[in-house]
Amino acid sequence: MKILGLILAGDKGKALGNLTKKRASAAMPVGGKYRAVDFTLSNMVRSGIRKIGVITQYNPRSLMDHLGSGREWDLDRKHGGLYILQPYADENHMYWYKGTADAIFQNMTILKRGSEDYVLIGSGDHIFNVDFEKLYDYHMISMADITVMTKSIQGYDPLLYGTIKTDEEGKIIEIREKSKKPAGDKINLGIYFMNKKLLMDLLYASVPNGEYDFLKGVVISNLKVLRVMSYEFIGYWKNVKKSLLEYKQVNMDMLNPDIANELFYEHGKIFTKLKDMAPPKVTPTGSIENSIVADGSIIAGTVKNSVIFRNVQIKSGALVEDSIVMEGSTIEEGAKITNCILDKYVTIRSERIFRGYDEPLIFEKWQVV
Amino acid sequence: MNLVAMILAGGQGTRLGVLTEDIAKPAVPFGGKYRIIDFTMSNCTNSSIYTVGVLTQYKPRVLSAHLGIGRDWDMDRKQGGLFILSPYAASSKGEWYKGTAHAIQQNIDFIDEFSPKYVLVLSGDHVYSMDYNEMLDFHISKNADVTISCIKVPLSEASRFGTVITDNVFKIVDFEEKPPHPKSQLISMGIYLFNWKILRRALIEDEKDEKSQHDFGKNVIPKLLEQGVNMYAYQFEGYWRDVGTIYSLWETNLELTHPMPALNLYDPNWRFYTHSEEMPPAFFGKGSKVMKSLVSEGTRVYGEVESSVLFQGVKVGKNSVIRNSVVMTNVSIGENCHIENAIISENTIIKDHVQIGVGEDTENEEFPSIYNHGISVIGEGVVIPRNMKIGKNCSISNFLNIEKMGVDFLESGKNLKGERKI
Repeated sequence: MKILGLILAGDKGKALGNLTKKRASAAMPVGGKYRAVDFTLSNMVRSGIRKIGVITQYNPRSLMDHLGSGREWDLDRKHGGLYILQPYADENHMYWYKGTADAIFQNMTILKRGSEDYVLIGSGDHIFNVDFEKLYDYHMISMADITVMTKSIQGYDPLLYGTIKTDEEGKIIEIREKSKKPAGDKINLGIYFMNKKLLMDLLYASVPNGEYDFLKGVVISNLKVLRVMSYEFIGYWKNVKKSLLEYKQVNMDMLNPDIANELFYEHGKIFTKLKDMAPPKVTPTGSIENSIVADGSIIAGTVKNSVIFRNVQIKSGALVEDSIVMEGSTIEEGAKITNCILDKYVTIRSERIFRGYDEPLIFEKWQVV
Repeated sequence: MNLVAMILAGGQGTRLGVLTEDIAKPAVPFGGKYRIIDFTMSNCTNSSIYTVGVLTQYKPRVLSAHLGIGRDWDMDRKQGGLFILSPYAASSKGEWYKGTAHAIQQNIDFIDEFSPKYVLVLSGDHVYSMDYNEMLDFHISKNADVTISCIKVPLSEASRFGTVITDNVFKIVDFEEKPPHPKSQLISMGIYLFNWKILRRALIEDEKDEKSQHDFGKNVIPKLLEQGVNMYAYQFEGYWRDVGTIYSLWETNLELTHPMPALNLYDPNWRFYTHSEEMPPAFFGKGSKVMKSLVSEGTRVYGEVESSVLFQGVKVGKNSVIRNSVVMTNVSIGENCHIENAIISENTIIKDHVQIGVGEDTENEEFPSIYNHGISVIGEGVVIPRNMKIGKNCSISNFLNIEKMGVDFLESGKNLKGERKI
């Protein structure tokens, strides 16, 4: 079975404020060394997908720099490989994507060319480790036209997710967008699997008629005429762009050994761009507890309950607590930060003290305070 | 092509004991995520030398797999690149590399392919950081035929190396290989820069000389000196270590945990590249205590670690204490263990309540020149059972499942060996 993978990575992620000022939410740094998109990319590659299109739109520079030729995911191939699908302009029009369905529709060429029979549509914002092969099997056995990946609603706010009602067999009867009253006991993860020809037909039937949203135009409008099945994913799954607190929680979740085990050790690797840095070092004055620290970082201060990315310097006497410190940042001598998120290359000057209260305090890229 | 580098990587390194039982010395892990050859390879990359031949011989499997097509060092090139040169059979005769010079001599046709002006002969056994361009500039400015990179060591140590005596413009006047009474502190680092024409001729002559051991230090260099070629000593003043013994390997690793080590692994302008596994960041669990250590990615620490180097994917269980030790890739250490002054090789499993480095500092009964300074060495893929006690100056051979052997105590100075199937 040949499958084309499409990753929707064009969203701004408004809820993340200044952190997504200069990057798409799919490029959000997570878990000490990854970008959000690494998870879906690695999941797809490990599930046998050899051709993947990443659909970008909003500020894609950092995302494109990260993906490069796809080499880290074994996607620098003569057959298949990585395609970055950007909106473009021609002599008459600017084809800005008007919605998720429109984004795929405008890249119809990648669907038309190539010998894939099926398409798996995922998102660059999802943090999880999944074997999609089980989804393909379910799709075949249940003779579905479209299979939607879902998850039990437990622990998720129905105001932030689409909710789903299924019949006993698992056929989807209703999908309700972000509402106080959920349609059923499952949420829609925004991952879809279907025959490529069918996808092309459904896109031609919706986008030219002004229906630009994939869920509405392709899935919901066909619930009655097509067999749309729900495949329930069991395990850890989160979306980085829902809120700032959720983004922080995703990072903090990686300090939970069970979650870290599920994401990184048990089911195969999550690949990311390599940076060739030396192992993290703890000096005689350093101390670390319940934290993760990535390559190239030198810890001479105290770190507690935090996520430290690559090439971070925490100087002697500094304290970093309940915080996320992204690549290349420096916490100088005696500075103390609690409940803060430092974007890349931030410098906290010595003796300065910062604390976030209800929401974490955000420091923008290159800020020196 | 102006310059071709040839890295000698075929040596066993017998003084590294069980660590080189199954791999060549250049493949021995070092510094938390590297292998020894990475330093020479990265020096080439950082010096913009991208045509590199690696001469392998002794147990090359791990080394070859590590180097691959040189991608991690940017040596997967359309022009030049990385070439692994193993000994080969020919129609008239096939033979092993008989010495360092013979290894290069056997690959004259490889070097000729590139018709280089210079050939840089390097060793894959050393840990150092060096810009070869500076040596090349020196070589050109002196109008030399041969330049040997040299470093000053204490006179007491010089007898372990080839020593070099120069005049006041660094022209070499005498060269002695491992002299019992060295006359100079300046020793050869085993890094030679030759004008290819001169080296080519010397190698062909050396091959015909039946008395020669076909070694650069012992034969080729003294012969060239005798013939009166322009030979200069380039005095290197940076970091350079020959990690040829268990003690020096252990010590050089632990040096990296010092606040300002001489070898800077964190220099953004001189990175060391390696082929490493993709692993998540290091995790320091609740109740863990880590001080003065390197703790690589994929490591999960729940116990106490001090003055140690932990490689990728190491697991340290609750209430375990690791001190002054080098713990290599994917070693799993259970709970309530106490490990001191040890080198533990890759993929070894240590169950709960194990103690290593206890008891008297007794001399090793069989190999006192290999296992000394109280350091115990555990080979790769070993399984150490619950409650086992291991003394000082001990060694355990690779792939021993001690759990199945029913041994639970290894006295200081003893070696545990199994029957080798291969």
